Amino acid sequence: MLDLTWSDEEHAFKAEARAWLDASLAAWREELGEPVRSGDTREGFAQHLAWERRLFAGRWAAVSWPVEHGGRGASLWEWLLFEEAYYEAGAPPRVTQNGIFLLAPTVFAFGTPEQQAHVLPRMAAAEDLWCQGWSEPDAGSDLAGIRARATRADGGWVLDGQKTWTTRGAFCTHLFGLFRTDPAAERHRGLSYLLVPLDLPGVTVCGFGRLDGDEGFAEVFFDGAFLPDDAIPGGVVLGEVGRGWAVAMATTGSERGLTLRSPGRFLATVDRLLALARSLPAEAVDAAVRERLADVWMRAEAYRLFTLETVTRLAGGATTGADSSINKLWWSELDLDLHELALDLLGPDAELEGPWSKGHQFALSGPIYAGTNEIQRNIAAERLLGLPRA
Amino acid sequence: MHFAFDDEQLGLRDAVRDLLAKHATPDVVRAAWEAPPGALDRDVWDRLVAMGVTATLVPEASGGLGLDERSLVLVLEEAGRAGLPHPLVESAAVAAPLLGADRPGALVASDLGGPHVACAADADVLLLRDRSSGDALHVVAPADVSLTPAAAVDGARRLADARWTPTPATLLTDDPADLALALDRGAAGTAAVLVGLSQAMLDMTVTHVTQRRQFGVPVGSFQAVKHHLADALKDLSFARVAVHRAAWSVAVDAPERGRDVSMAKAMASDAATSVGGASLQCHGAIGYTVEHDLHLLLKRTWALARAWGSASAHRRRVATALGA
Repeated sequence: MLDLTWSDEEHAFKAEARAWLDASLAAWREELGEPVRSGDTREGFAQHLAWERRLFAGRWAAVSWPVEHGGRGASLWEWLLFEEAYYEAGAPPRVTQNGIFLLAPTVFAFGTPEQQAHVLPRMAAAEDLWCQGWSEPDAGSDLAGIRARATRADGGWVLDGQKTWTTRGAFCTHLFGLFRTDPAAERHRGLSYLLVPLDLPGVTVCGFGRLDGDEGFAEVFFDGAFLPDDAIPGGVVLGEVGRGWAVAMATTGSERGLTLRSPGRFLATVDRLLALARSLPAEAVDAAVRERLADVWMRAEAYRLFTLETVTRLAGGATTGADSSINKLWWSELDLDLHELALDLLGPDAELEGPWSKGHQFALSGPIYAGTNEIQRNIAAERLLGLPRA
Repeated sequence: MHFAFDDEQLGLRDAVRDLLAKHATPDVVRAAWEAPPGALDRDVWDRLVAMGVTATLVPEASGGLGLDERSLVLVLEEAGRAGLPHPLVESAAVAAPLLGADRPGALVASDLGGPHVACAADADVLLLRDRSSGDALHVVAPADVSLTPAAAVDGARRLADARWTPTPATLLTDDPADLALALDRGAAGTAAVLVGLSQAMLDMTVTHVTQRRQFGVPVGSFQAVKHHLADALKDLSFARVAVHRAAWSVAVDAPERGRDVSMAKAMASDAATSVGGASLQCHGAIGYTVEHDLHLLLKRTWALARAWGSASAHRRRVATALGA
């Protein structure tokens, strides 16, 4: 029966999370003693690491993971509620998110017990900080066109090539990446999913600036860098050699890879937007603005409902899959529209630096990262509607 | 927390889907365009009555199915998919819980959704709103209503404007809560119909672009076409969950029922409009004919997008609920 209420236990779980978050955020800010900078800057990253370590100490860093890997064994429902509490509390972005939301599902699905036992707890504890090495200057949307290679050598691999658009790469300790391990194979064949420490000789990381002013991107150069097989306990290859494409693509449907952006994030942003609107003189919030406010709230709420429906199906044993493509279209467009509305409300103040203009600039990247919206539309049409490939 | 329907709800949906696929074909919809006032064919209606669908919300003790809006929402989506001309929202969603045991299977027309009454001359009884005095609801016999047919873009709507005189005998209720619930049921039910219409138009379009070939390939292989239809699917998918949630809100009389219903109607209205637009564009010229079935669904969409409150009006209601 369609039932959209939370149980008493679930309410209690969220309240517990919120109480912990409120107290810990206050303690974190007081300990920092200075304004929090963006986590995509060097100084800010260090500040956010201190927050990550508090999360881990409270066992809130990866709530849905098994306890032995640094989680607390929470259900997907509880994870959703934790995310709601997290963003309602105004907690900062997770600088560990590329590891936790992108790498970890793959480790759960394809890692050996030894790899899991090593990689996951250190990820949750923010001791190892992971960035994603997929894109290259000549391979963005066309990921199968990558050329970075790993050549088999005695006791390991020799890495050559270049990755780019690596978010927070300049501040991370490790990279998970797709490398060409079979020189005779083409496109998506002959790729392997490798786990790479960034302090290897022959690896050079160069941060560079994003449109939003942060050093949030990096190029990573591999110049004959030797990656020993035992650089990661359990091995540096995730899944089978040569099966990297399938390994990388599999987790777009996994339950733990459910969503890079939980509904709580956008609901909280809309709440702040409504508060902004309420702070303005009445004549600034005319009928047209009221409708735009309702529209972005409805879209954030619809995203919450869509996620509840998806989680219901996952809890019942189904898998998600190409559904994630319309998900991504929805939240990325919502994020941009609500920030543009915020700037409209700010009027002449919109051109000043501040959280809304910063958020607007970041929202502009939403339709580009995690698979461009053009690619997502192709995927939705082909896999969900069955339209023929070109 | 369980955002899914149970086997009983899905079973009812499937039975209605099968029934309408057989007995509410496009020919039946076209016949509704042509039949004179009062002569709407009742075959599919009688079958829906026999299945108990019109009495979904009527308690079992009174001869109904004893279910709630969570069952009815899927039924109404199917009605939308088929373009059913008969006023199932007015009859099953709005009137039956008010009248149910008294008038089983009644085909009810109503002006609650707007001043032009759909299927007015075909109705067994009319549920009318006395706007002059406290917004009371009245139940009026066809003999006591003077109807002036209104030329409708969607001929299957069979519109007429009604003139009548409220009397103590026709008064059903003057409780504002009853009116508010009736309006919410109508808006939520119509939102469900709009979701069904959207699905039908999208399915029709996917079939067309898969089969239609130009430049040696199916037109559905072109990226522009894919993107139109991906957006249509996106809009439909998110409107649908809003409509399903609104059904829950009405069924349990949730504290935010009004806001949730308005969200569903606004989103469903806009989604159906955009899906319709993409559908017409992707059909090309063949979609712009009366020979093709698409116009039947499009015209119903344009009517229902504005009936029971436009998207704009419902957004304003959501804004008010949010304190914006």
